[in-house]
Amino acid sequence: MTQKVKSKDFVIRFAGEGGQGLVTSADAMARAATGAGFYCQTFSTFPSQIMGGPASSQVRISTTPVLSNGDAVDVLVVLNQYAFDNHIEDLSENGVCIYNAQDCEPSGEGNFFGINADELAKESGNTRAANMVILGAVANLIDFKIESIENFVKERFSRGRENDDEIIKSNIVAIGLGVDVAKKSGFSVGSLDEPIAPDYEQIMITGNAALSLGALAAGLDSYYGYPISPATTILIWMEQNLISKDKFVFQVSSEIEAINNIIGSGFSGKKAMTATAGPGVALMSEGLGLAWMSEIPCTVIDIQRGGPATGLPTKTEQSDLFACMFPAHGDVKLPVIAPGSVEECFHAGSLAINWAERYQGPVMVMGEMSLAERTENIKKPDITQVIDERRNSDTGSNGYKRYQDWNGELSPMPIPGGEVAYVANGSEHDEIGDTTHLPKHHVRLTERRFAKLSLLNDSPFEIENPESEIAVMPWGATKGVAREAFDKISDKGVNLTWLYSMALNPLPEEIMDQLKSKKLVIVPELNFQGQWSSILRMDGIKAVSVTQYTGLPFKPTYLSEKILEKIKETEV
Amino acid sequence: MSERNSEYDFKWCPGCGDFGVKRALEQAIGTYTEEFEIPRTSNVIIAGIGCSGNMVHLLDGEQPFGIHGIHGRTLPIAFGVSTSRPDLNTIVVAGDGDFLSIGAEHIPPTASRNPNMTCIIMDNGVYGLTKGQNSPTSTTGQITTSTPFGKLDAQMKPLELYLSYGVSYIASHYSSKPKVLAEFIFEGMKHPGLSIIHVQSPCTTYNNTYDILRGSKKDNIPGTAFIVEDDHDPSDYDAAVALINKGGVPLGLIYKKEPPTINDLQDKLIKEKSKNVEDILSSYSI
Repeated sequence: MTQKVKSKDFVIRFAGEGGQGLVTSADAMARAATGAGFYCQTFSTFPSQIMGGPASSQVRISTTPVLSNGDAVDVLVVLNQYAFDNHIEDLSENGVCIYNAQDCEPSGEGNFFGINADELAKESGNTRAANMVILGAVANLIDFKIESIENFVKERFSRGRENDDEIIKSNIVAIGLGVDVAKKSGFSVGSLDEPIAPDYEQIMITGNAALSLGALAAGLDSYYGYPISPATTILIWMEQNLISKDKFVFQVSSEIEAINNIIGSGFSGKKAMTATAGPGVALMSEGLGLAWMSEIPCTVIDIQRGGPATGLPTKTEQSDLFACMFPAHGDVKLPVIAPGSVEECFHAGSLAINWAERYQGPVMVMGEMSLAERTENIKKPDITQVIDERRNSDTGSNGYKRYQDWNGELSPMPIPGGEVAYVANGSEHDEIGDTTHLPKHHVRLTERRFAKLSLLNDSPFEIENPESEIAVMPWGATKGVAREAFDKISDKGVNLTWLYSMALNPLPEEIMDQLKSKKLVIVPELNFQGQWSSILRMDGIKAVSVTQYTGLPFKPTYLSEKILEKIKETEV
Repeated sequence: MSERNSEYDFKWCPGCGDFGVKRALEQAIGTYTEEFEIPRTSNVIIAGIGCSGNMVHLLDGEQPFGIHGIHGRTLPIAFGVSTSRPDLNTIVVAGDGDFLSIGAEHIPPTASRNPNMTCIIMDNGVYGLTKGQNSPTSTTGQITTSTPFGKLDAQMKPLELYLSYGVSYIASHYSSKPKVLAEFIFEGMKHPGLSIIHVQSPCTTYNNTYDILRGSKKDNIPGTAFIVEDDHDPSDYDAAVALINKGGVPLGLIYKKEPPTINDLQDKLIKEKSKNVEDILSSYSI
């Protein structure tokens, strides 16, 4: 074989039916690998039902930080025939498939072998250790140190119970039985190098948990939410963790309630937040307009899924951008923060609730299913560095005049119980908040509501290779895969500018200048209409999109090819 | 025009019931602020959309805080205020259109949580601000601009709904006796939980029900409003049902119970399960 032996980067996928422990297996592999110093990123896709239905969960293990889910699958584990038939085409040229010999019988010959995990588990003395048998086999195929999996098992099952030792022992036996089967098969996918272990402390966390933690670190006071995939995990996180004096968390009856709850809470002086998905954003539309109009700080997180209406509740897409940036009737353009990685999710959570306070209005955070639910090992955030920014509530100095003309700074926002009171009004209003229909006030306050966005000028951004006339600018969770595609293109000697901004509104000035200077800006995004490039074109930027609307994330090689095609097509 | 803002151009029609409710509310806020020695600014009024919602701009004297929000959402806005700041006196003012039609979905879940707040519902049986359409409490057969041949559907019975949803303080009154009304509003503010004071507040332009409520001695027509007897036991659910089923408009306290508020329950949880951010962060360590 002339093929170079793979050594730095492996994608391992477990496919079968929901409820078969697929996520658990991928998660166990990821934890065993991070424990040994590797970098990991998981990805799962499953149908919208409690049990059953075709599902899969995968982990990408690498010796260097992981940017995306990767391309082809190196080790595929299939638990039934359907999974084999539907996933085998994703196997890389030198990849190997392990199939469940009980429920699956592939015909012909290929890079696959069967394993009877249940029987081997029985043999190990622990009928529940079937997934350990499989992990042993997987580990052998990529020459992953068995001790690392054993260490993981020891940690996982040391729960202070009498039979801990027994369970650990049987699981280790099960791992060994899996290793033996893989050895006998004669297959190998490669040999994982020693990792370049990070010199900083890490945590292992999902996107939604990182977002929640970021908000809490920046002083989140209250959370009101309604269950909806894929944002429910934030509600659950808050119900478990937002528990201390003067804080409040509650599951309410609808997204209409949730948005109005956080408006009430924000008005009363608190840092308030809710999280939802597309259908919930639709229901919050009028409330978001109220928060913008009456200038009340609050934060809404939209964890995007696919399609309009109920759409694809458990898939990933970036098709809510119009709905989030322009959610309401009338003249409204909300600040939007769209984190590009799990690590950025933490900072997005902090930044959003601080921005809401600073500009006195609603802030949108846009995640998406693939980012929200994936587990990644990231640098442990230093929470002592997180700022808890509060609104300027210096009262008494300007009487009732809550809504003065914009003059580079905002008139203070009184808090109930303080020196002076005002009416937060969703009808057009005068300086003190009373309803008015006079043109002068509508002009003055419309301008104020847009002008104050300029206070939001501290979001992180990236500019590389600024001298090229063509730029690639992904947004949100497409950042990682776009970066991998960008690097592949650079390796081919094609010189492009890399632009990225965690905030989509307002855009940092430096990014805007770059965008305006380009002959072509290519935006990879997961929607049909090319929503971000459309918005950029509103500002006269020559942007075009590379789109995908399958409900799945881009793959890096495919994306790099599409970007190059787009450049050819437009003939700049 | 309001006392403090000459440019403010909203007006209630002459004789509008809301004037009486305004006086009652001003008095109740005054009494509450004095008795509990809170700043005037610790009163927060969440107003619905409609004629009655403009109350929040029309109060005389030192101003409380206010939110004049969107149609039908007074309860969820007030829930956010009240649960985040249990120290505040949270007050809802809304009409029958706002509270019982577009906003009706929020009454049952809010009642089951029993947040500490007081709702003053001004019921005139019509959409006044949009010029006379059918509201949930318009009577069946009533001619309105949107029911030119008479209202077809049944008239809603709000007191019956409040009771069955579990609202913990329910009073009913009319706008003609502001001083008495003020006492019920004040009692509602003191009540630890969700209070609703449902007030018949006639619309002199589109649905003038003063004569129907008060009757006419001259023509020997009895009014539909009647004072709740002293021997009515407001803690007795069955008695409250019987009182409401008499028909007409009872003037007085219908029902009252004292289950824990949502903040009471949450405080208990905080004592037992309190967490801090450092511990949560370290739970993600590898």
